[in-house]
This record gives sequence, C-alpha cells and structure tokens, in this order.
Amino acid sequence: MKFGVLQFPGSCDEVDALGAARRVGDAELIWHADRDLKGADAIVVPGGFSYGDYLRAGAIARFSPAMESVISFAGDGGLVLGICNGFQVLCEARLLPGALLPNANLRFTFRQVEVEVLNSDTAFTRACGLDAHPPQRLSIPAKHAWGRYYANPETLAAMDRAGQLVLRYARGENFNGSVHDIAGVCNERGNVFGLMPHPEHAVDELTGGSADGLKIFQSMRLALEEAHA
Amino acid sequence: MLIRPKAGILDPQGVAVERALPALGFAGVGNVHVGRLVELDVEDPAQLESMCEKLLANPLVEDYEVQLLDGGADAK
Repeated sequence: MKFGVLQFPGSCDEVDALGAARRVGDAELIWHADRDLKGADAIVVPGGFSYGDYLRAGAIARFSPAMESVISFAGDGGLVLGICNGFQVLCEARLLPGALLPNANLRFTFRQVEVEVLNSDTAFTRACGLDAHPPQRLSIPAKHAWGRYYANPETLAAMDRAGQLVLRYARGENFNGSVHDIAGVCNERGNVFGLMPHPEHAVDELTGGSADGLKIFQSMRLALEEAHA
Repeated sequence: MLIRPKAGILDPQGVAVERALPALGFAGVGNVHVGRLVELDVEDPAQLESMCEKLLANPLVEDYEVQLLDGGADAK
C-alpha cells in the first residue's frame, strides 16, 4: 500500500510521517499546490505550522489545491489521517467535527503523553487490541499551542454514541484543556481521523519514548488489506 | 469585521488579561475577551457575511460582527 503525505509551506513533520509510513508501506510526498494524489491508498496530513498558522491554525491550508483533492478522496471513503496541524486542517475543512483552540495554559507545550484508546474498532486503531480492558494506552509525544479540542455538547453526545471519540488523554495528561480529555476523533463514517499527539514521532524506542505510534500506521494498513480481501 | 470567542467557551487570553489588569492597579475589570479585527476594502459588501462564515471566523467557536465604514478606511 502507498501513503501520500501532504506538505504545505510551514509543514515540519512530513519527513517523520514519511519515515513512519515507510515502516509499513510505500510513501510519497504531495506538495500542497498539486492536485494529483499520486495514486495514494491513504493520506497523511502532517504536523507543523501550515501557512504560518495565520488567522487560525489550519484555516488557510484547508483551501490548498491538494486539500481539495483530499476532501473528495475522503468523500469517496479514502483513509485520511491528520496529525496535530493536520488535525486542525481537517477540522477547518469540516472533514471532522469540532475545532481546536489555543491551549488553556496559553503555552506551546512539548511533552510525552499517555493516551487511552477508547475505540479500537476503527481503521486507525485496530492494531491497538480490540476491546482491551482497561483501555490500551499509547505513549506518544505531543507538541502544540493550539490543541484544545472543542465541540458543543450535542455534537459530543452524538460522537460518543457513534464511537467517534477514539483517543482520550489519560488522567492528569490533558495539559491543553480539551473537552472530555479528547485527544483524537474520527468522522461518522470512520475513514477520517485526527489526533493532536504525534504517532509519527513514536516509531522507535530509541528516539520516540516508545514505538506505540506505529500502531496507528499499522492499523491503516490492516484496514486497507481487509477492505481489499 | 470584529471576531470574538463565543460566550461560554473558555477564552484563556481574556482570562490572562483580566488577571493582569488588577496587577497594574486597574480595579473593577471583568468579563474580558480578546478577539480579532479584520479591516478590508470590498467592492460588494454583500460578500462580507460569506467571507466570515468561510474563512475569517470559525462559526463553531467564534461570533462575528460586520461594521461598514462608508468611504473605506480613509473615511475614518
């Protein structure tokens, strides 16, 4: 399988995203001005500061030519993973519900976080162990200034019922003030997923604090193989 | 266009400013919110609403208000 990794002016985590993706498949960069997704089976919208975070994080990137193609790819059921700034872009593009706001502590914060997998029956978390009790935890780095997830109470209730609240910061780990400790959500159809922590930075024990992040990429490969089986 | 955080959503910038003002001796300050001001010249003001909805504000978390100044910025 092949991952396509977007690159905007101001992206900075696309190289690690490529490296993580290449541990489970092929991967290629897609420049933001390019509408051609190069035959990718899944798309990664990486972290960074696309277009300088002007106006709001992700607000401008959403209108790039590559994102227009990603929006139609997602509409056709294609798998789209948004990490950090990529999560912000997917929310701004309305591919995911809710919005990301400045951290409650008003600081850019960088730390290893523990997140709990609330729903391991998704295309992005199925390698995390189905129905683990207590929920399986992933240890991955987070680094952002705009990571406070917000959606209104009605939206959150509907997302909860539909299993769209996929990742939650473990107790004491929610440094950004996200509502319900939410760290990652998917859309109703389950083919678009965004999270603030960086799985692509946690693919090797030596540098990532763990290799837990790899499970997200492995899950996507598993989901595609099941779909084609 | 004046863009501000929706009421009821935590506005940490507003909170920080609200705490800083008394430290400088300004008493009796409350309900501080920090938003954005976007100024522009536009030929068709009917487009402003749509500009706010699609780009300048995020209607999920922000309210906006449009003020028209006849003659543009020079008229101020």
